[in-house]
Amino acid sequence: MKTKKGYLSRTVNELKPSGIRRFFDLASGMEGVVSLGVGEPDFVTPWTVREAAILSLEEGYTSYTANAGLLELREEIATYLTKNFNVTYNPKSEIIVTVGASQAIDIALRSILDPDDEVLVVEPCFVSYSPLVSLAGGTPIPVQAEADGFKISPDKLRAAITPKTKAIMICSPNNPTGTMLNRKELEEIAAIAKESDLLVISDEIYAELVYDESYTSMAAIEGMKDRTILISGFSKGFAMTGWRLGFVCAPEELSQAMLKVHQYAMMCAPTMAQYAGLEALKNGNDEVDEMRKSYRRRRNYMVSSFNELGLECHSPGGAFYVFPSIKSTGLTSDQFAEQLLIEEKVAVVPGNVFGESGEGYVRCSYAASIEQLQEAIKRIRRFLKNHQK
Amino acid sequence: MQLTDKELEIVEILEKDSRTSNEDLAAMTSLTVSETEEVLKKLEDQKIIVRYTSIVDWSKISGHEGVTAMIDVKVTPKRGVGFDEIAKRIYRFKEVKSVYLMSGAYDLSVIIEGQSMNEVARFVSQKLSTLDSVISTTTHFILKKYKHDGTIFEPDEEDKRIVVSP
Repeated sequence: MKTKKGYLSRTVNELKPSGIRRFFDLASGMEGVVSLGVGEPDFVTPWTVREAAILSLEEGYTSYTANAGLLELREEIATYLTKNFNVTYNPKSEIIVTVGASQAIDIALRSILDPDDEVLVVEPCFVSYSPLVSLAGGTPIPVQAEADGFKISPDKLRAAITPKTKAIMICSPNNPTGTMLNRKELEEIAAIAKESDLLVISDEIYAELVYDESYTSMAAIEGMKDRTILISGFSKGFAMTGWRLGFVCAPEELSQAMLKVHQYAMMCAPTMAQYAGLEALKNGNDEVDEMRKSYRRRRNYMVSSFNELGLECHSPGGAFYVFPSIKSTGLTSDQFAEQLLIEEKVAVVPGNVFGESGEGYVRCSYAASIEQLQEAIKRIRRFLKNHQK
Repeated sequence: MQLTDKELEIVEILEKDSRTSNEDLAAMTSLTVSETEEVLKKLEDQKIIVRYTSIVDWSKISGHEGVTAMIDVKVTPKRGVGFDEIAKRIYRFKEVKSVYLMSGAYDLSVIIEGQSMNEVARFVSQKLSTLDSVISTTTHFILKKYKHDGTIFEPDEEDKRIVVSP
């Protein structure tokens, strides 16, 4: 049935489905696939965290929490942020517990955007940024990162700014490239935000997973706490993707605006997940250290293997993705990913689904056992041999 | 002895999987293969890596199921050598898999493996409890091994993630 006017919103109608969907459909029906296409940890949530959630159910903690989340959890988040990232937020007024970092991004955008406001979205990036800007009534303006290591060029950012620009969206360490921005690079972006009076939405969901240098938060850059919306969560660092637990931190005025959206649209994050998050922050750190070590080894293995195969691959500072160039094969990202899946049953994600500058690359997640990574590399080697020109 | 970060890394990887090839060790730690070999030689020479072994689930092999017992042993320490001499007398028996000096209610914890309960019982009554310094023994038989040296014997290894996700 269809109404005469058409029942879909123009904005939703115009959204393109995620390019990942197609590969999911293609790979799901196959047997024996080695998947490097998974954007989540291969670890199960630490047992101590799962056990705490079970206990919370046994004890009957099954009702709503405060809109902003359990105060105890917000206090623990504040302590964690100060200790690990040297940023200070008031747990009573500047932190909101959300349903994953994704919801945090959504309420941030809905709280700041008026129709036609522009948001600079640095690509390649997570697939939801631009659609969420559109859904919040704004206009996403993609700015392409530099192919050499996928850092952000300040000149390109400056050139994209118009009087309508309201915010810059960054993600470090980045999905899909793994690139981490160091203090100097963050300072360059901060300078631009200050000179043009912009907010920075900083997605720091992978901040726990960095392998070479220590992590710097955008909010820790001098003068930036006032114009930063810091987004993070438990999914990646604590291997808690399915719990849907994130948080957003911002100065009080912004936080209280976001809280309005959050309380009407979501009420609060799941209570059981909040108790799990509390345990993760209190007692999960040793397991995070173990996971980080394991990822670092696998990153080194993947970077060295891809470069040895002749697929140029920079060594990313964080997250659990490598982003090798497949330009030497003469195939597009889509062709490479599709043929690799059909011929060798290795699932990777074509780089172009993360933005135009991802064309010529594929995202390979190393959140898989070392045996699976070895098998994947073996198959990719055979694939490249069969496709030699 | 102080190890470098990369040496420590290699120890940790091998403790989990001693069959990791030198090439993979090198790739995982960003060393060259020859550097990796040098590290291994050093670790082996210093007896930091004492031996490369496998964890075997003998309960799966018919006729070789065997039994394991943990024995709490109280002993009289000797002047000058303390517990070391009696520990040595015990650990030299090939049936003895581990010997630890313990704090608490008893002195030595001895782990014995044998073909049958009778064999273990014979060892305890004829060899262990007849040693001069041994005052008493309490034998506990292990009924089932769930987790041994950090390894779960029947792990749930099914990957529950969807095959491609953003």
